[in-house]
Amino acid sequence: MNSAAGFTSQDSATRISVGDALTPEDVSASSAVAAEDTARYALMLGDDCLILAQRLGNWISRAPELEEDIALGNIALDLLGHARFFLTYAGSAWGKSEDDLAYFRDEEDFRSCRLVEQDNGDFGKTIARQLIFSFYTHELYSRLVDSADATLAAIADKALKEVDYHQDHAAQWLLRLGGGTAESSRRVQAGLDAAWPYVEELFADVEPTERLAEQGVAVLPSALREPVLDRLHAIITEAGLNPPEAKGAFGADRSGRFSEHRGFILAEMQVLARQHPGASW
Amino acid sequence: MSPEKPALRAVDSSSETITQEAQAAAEDARVGWEQFQQLIEADQRVEPRDWMPHNYRKTLVRQISQHAHSEIIGMQPEGNWISRAPSLKRKSVLMAKVQDEAGHGLYLYSAAETLGTSRDEMYQQLYTGKAKYSSIFNYPARTWADVGAVGWLVDGAAITNQVPLCRASFGPYGRAMVRVCKEESFHQRQGWEILYSLSHGTEAQKQMAQNAVDRFYGPALQMFGPPDDESPNSQQSMAWNIKRFSNDDLRQRFVDMIVPQAEALGLTLPDPDLKWNEDRGHYDYGDLDWDEFFSVVKGNGPLNHQRLAHYRAARDDGAWVREAAAAYAAKQADTSRGSALLSA
Repeated sequence: MNSAAGFTSQDSATRISVGDALTPEDVSASSAVAAEDTARYALMLGDDCLILAQRLGNWISRAPELEEDIALGNIALDLLGHARFFLTYAGSAWGKSEDDLAYFRDEEDFRSCRLVEQDNGDFGKTIARQLIFSFYTHELYSRLVDSADATLAAIADKALKEVDYHQDHAAQWLLRLGGGTAESSRRVQAGLDAAWPYVEELFADVEPTERLAEQGVAVLPSALREPVLDRLHAIITEAGLNPPEAKGAFGADRSGRFSEHRGFILAEMQVLARQHPGASW
Repeated sequence: MSPEKPALRAVDSSSETITQEAQAAAEDARVGWEQFQQLIEADQRVEPRDWMPHNYRKTLVRQISQHAHSEIIGMQPEGNWISRAPSLKRKSVLMAKVQDEAGHGLYLYSAAETLGTSRDEMYQQLYTGKAKYSSIFNYPARTWADVGAVGWLVDGAAITNQVPLCRASFGPYGRAMVRVCKEESFHQRQGWEILYSLSHGTEAQKQMAQNAVDRFYGPALQMFGPPDDESPNSQQSMAWNIKRFSNDDLRQRFVDMIVPQAEALGLTLPDPDLKWNEDRGHYDYGDLDWDEFFSVVKGNGPLNHQRLAHYRAARDDGAWVREAAAAYAAKQADTSRGSALLSA
């Protein structure tokens, strides 16, 4: 399916490769132009990755161990890469670059889910958020590789290999923290409890996703609910923790009912670019 | 050559056995010392299991761990700009770069561990403020251009210092430096490229770049350490093939390298005495402010306190995670011992 979009490689950037992995520049240089609905969908997927990369990047130099500075930094870097693919492709519909979309949209125009906007908290809270998001994206991309849209399929194919490692990282830590000490078990359970109200939003069938799913372009979010929750319940139970029962927090439609965090995240991320509009970096 | 050559005469003792043991130990040390000298004279590698003089080991642990600490503290000034990098591409490159520094710290701590000092011990020395790290990181990275200046000048100075260390006599250190240098040269190029974009951008961007170079030029030149006549440890390190060139030689090499690079950037190096000296075949440069240097080394730089506090907070906040990982690993080991017994 990659060749259809003119992409040559299946390699993962997290592993040393011969260097022909898909890059955002490839997406930008390809002649593929996203249709309006597809662009809106890609924007939503890209915003999730961008905001989470922004959050995770803050762990670098603050992690519990040097190996985790590297691991969390690596995951942040992968997510930023995924964001760049999706935003670049979305922008092709509107003549906008990834940076136009990342730096010059206001809060109301972002489509990120509230889960990724939650603060890092302690390492337990970050791992809980990573667990949910990586399991969700793994299920999502495993299906998106068959998208009727060749560019989305190629991006999913590239991202899936990296997310495979992200979910392993999160699951391994969940087991360690759940089975480590009373303190670690308490903290990671608190992290799961704090994140859980925002899980349901991931499965909301919003427009244009539902319409695109009918065309075989997008993955219907509600179809992911069962496989994602089943896998999450299994690993949480294996870690000796309790799958939270919290209902989804109201406002789960990605239509602008975003968290209070979003404004702060964007203020920090966009400040320099907006001080110098039109400048090249 | 070394003042440490062990005495060949065994210590006097009333017990004949002790005398014999002491003689045997002295003989082992003499053979070890001779082998060590031969390796050094033949410019070959000393490996962790080889006999080595106590001070050689001590010097290396100090130097390698200081280098590792510098990588770790060095993550902070640039890490400070990850969240605000002005384009996604720059953000991605910067994230990779800061992550590389964590990796360098890791190789270096591992190299030092082969000398018998544990990573925890080295962490503790940094945590308590006993260990030093490169003073340059006690200066703030105030603007985006500082990220460029740190890459170009600070990493540039580091490479100038480190390329000869690839041939350091201690094997694990030399080999770690080979990989570090490859990545550092990429870092230097990305720093130079950030400054190039700025100096060819808007007036405000160009000014930002010039200001950053003005701030980092002097401290970067001081990264090579005090002038040769004030650097007491250098001679022994050179005799041991750890250090290959003197501080002033390396500094000169660096100045000669950056002058044409600054010209290509269209930026001015803030040194009115900087000029080509035809006779020497090198650039002359002005006096550096060594009072400031020693003051920062002693802890009075702009950010000494902040850098250490940041490091300590990360260690403190992560203590419960490390304890959990250790407890989990111990339980897993017990379980696998248990199942091994059951299946036996």
